[in-house]
Amino acid sequence: MKQTISVLVENQAGVLNRITSLFSRRAFNIDSLAVGVTDDPTISRITIIVENGNNVVEQVEKQLNKLVEVIKVRTLEEGSFIGRELMILKVNANSKTRPNIMTICSICGAKVADISPTSMTMELSDTPDRLDAFQEMMRTFNILEVVRTGVIALQKGGGKI
Amino acid sequence: MELTGAQILLEGLRREGVDHIFGYAGATICPAVDVLRDAPELGYTLVRTEQNAGHMASGYARVSGKVGVCLVTSGPGATNLITGIATAYMDSIPMVAITGQVPSSLLGRDIFQEVDITGAVTPFTKHNYLVKDAAQLPRIIKEAFLIASTGRPGPVLIDIPIDIQTQVVRDAEFPESVSIRGYKPSVRGNDLQIKRVAEAISKSRQPVICAGGGVWLADARDELVELAERYSIPVVKTMMGLSVLPTDHPLNLGMIGAHGNRCANKALAKSDLLIMVGSRVADRAIISPEEIQRRMATIHIDVDPAEIGKNMQAAIPLVGDVKVILRQLLALQVPPPDDAQWREQLKEYRRAELERVFPRRDGSVFPGTVLRKLGRLLDDDAVVCVDVGQNQIFACKYLPQKHGRLLTSGGLGTMGYALPAAVGVKVALPDRQTVVVCGDGSFQMSMNELAAVRCAGMDLKIVLFRNHVLGLVHQIQKTEPYHGPFGVALDGSPDFAAIAAAYGIPSLTVDDEDKLDETLERFLGTQGSCILICEVHPDVGTTD
Repeated sequence: MKQTISVLVENQAGVLNRITSLFSRRAFNIDSLAVGVTDDPTISRITIIVENGNNVVEQVEKQLNKLVEVIKVRTLEEGSFIGRELMILKVNANSKTRPNIMTICSICGAKVADISPTSMTMELSDTPDRLDAFQEMMRTFNILEVVRTGVIALQKGGGKI
Repeated sequence: MELTGAQILLEGLRREGVDHIFGYAGATICPAVDVLRDAPELGYTLVRTEQNAGHMASGYARVSGKVGVCLVTSGPGATNLITGIATAYMDSIPMVAITGQVPSSLLGRDIFQEVDITGAVTPFTKHNYLVKDAAQLPRIIKEAFLIASTGRPGPVLIDIPIDIQTQVVRDAEFPESVSIRGYKPSVRGNDLQIKRVAEAISKSRQPVICAGGGVWLADARDELVELAERYSIPVVKTMMGLSVLPTDHPLNLGMIGAHGNRCANKALAKSDLLIMVGSRVADRAIISPEEIQRRMATIHIDVDPAEIGKNMQAAIPLVGDVKVILRQLLALQVPPPDDAQWREQLKEYRRAELERVFPRRDGSVFPGTVLRKLGRLLDDDAVVCVDVGQNQIFACKYLPQKHGRLLTSGGLGTMGYALPAAVGVKVALPDRQTVVVCGDGSFQMSMNELAAVRCAGMDLKIVLFRNHVLGLVHQIQKTEPYHGPFGVALDGSPDFAAIAAAYGIPSLTVDDEDKLDETLERFLGTQGSCILICEVHPDVGTTD
């Protein structure tokens, strides 16, 4: 099962290196990792998705906590957080296929970010599985390029980490 | 007042109570070395290769309870130090390593003697810094010493570019204390868990305490012994926990693990409650954590929460400073376990181990025999630094312990550790009887440090087991799935007596067990340092 871990760290050079180095050294597999500064410019938030099994998440949490520049670590319970990922996806498109693409876009809530005589580029922010579904639907139009940010997540309700 | 980065470094070290530096100068650390000229109260040992600066700082730290400090140059100086740092990391030794670095404006250009040392040591330092502004140095030094010496101790590296060492800072402020928001080690144990532990001890019938290096690091030997004695709980030790109890203590059962004492392993296997104190359940000590978990109740006391559940999921975890936790436990009074029968049974195991008869071969001495005799002759508080290989196994298993210390590279198993570590011990405790135990393989990894011994006129007694092979590897190669010894014969080794003489150190050689007592007396009675070369048969194995 995948687990989402939210980590607050010092916003300093080298911190991301320490974290990724820790993951490779301890043989933890990361599904995705997304980082960005918080409202406090001295703190960044990293959202990490790991595959759980054999208490991996417990060890990940503990090992992350040992890093001096890690301020807080919290594993987010399934259903208790908002998790979103941004995807930008480019497909071949012409006057024939464009209406079909537009239909899927409107079903999935994707926006057209760019258009050319031979292509269309869409953006979609949603949960990873819905992005997967959209990507799957786009396959028939020949996907040229895809980029995904990795999940970012916040707890639901008024609480904070 | 104006201070250069180098002067700030010196002032910072003084404020941390540093009284000795183990170092090796080079171009990019020259400004820092230059100010040491003005600090005659700070001792300085010039090593012969940087790795040994790490081991010396380790030996110094382990007996003084202070942070060991080493100082080397950039590039190869820093990379040579890496093994010293990794050795200290694996054994949780408090150390601050300072490295010179190329000018900050040229970082990343691969200029002469540049290496990304903070990047290289990230997996095996507790923390590290690349200093970008000398004004930050006072805080960084304060933090480095705090991090190195508190919680689970470990090495911290500070990389200082040469231009930062010469940068002038006006009115540098030295903080009295620092608070790091991401660094708050646990100290007190959870009261509820303490109660659960006390109850578990009380209910057990065959309890065993396993003492690890954490007992020494927390300076908790007295508390551990008091707990063991109050409830009459037998004590086994990991390699890092050795010497917490003297060999003749009735509760002492020796070292556990793949290379441990039979009596200790038997006690562990038959126990119904294992109380691990400051030990990290490493593979060499606990061969099968799953088996232990299945067979008995487990209590795991450690300052590092990540150690709990890493290799074994203990039934009762207890996180905090080992000394504080043991005191909390001692403050509770619970009925002692009903374990008289258990102790009687263990007595038998122990007697068998202590009376074990070693093999004899003409023309050579058996390491176990030498060490048994040597240990009895040593001072009550002697420090013995043990290298890696067969000599380590023999010393850890058979050297009788009194109230001193046995220091060895337990986690990383770094050959060549013993001699430089002993130099560090001597720097911290000049009057303490200090002995090195090594083999002809490990000795040749660091014998260049005899220069430090000679330079300081140290009194070090070096026991050198010469079997002409890399004994432990030789032993492994003779068993399945290997096909026999290869690449382990130490051909071309020098005449060690001549090496000793070249450093102005006398030596003795012994190849006859009938002459052992007399030779050991002469060896230990020698004024100043002496090397005792013990002729050992290459086929000797650690289980003989």
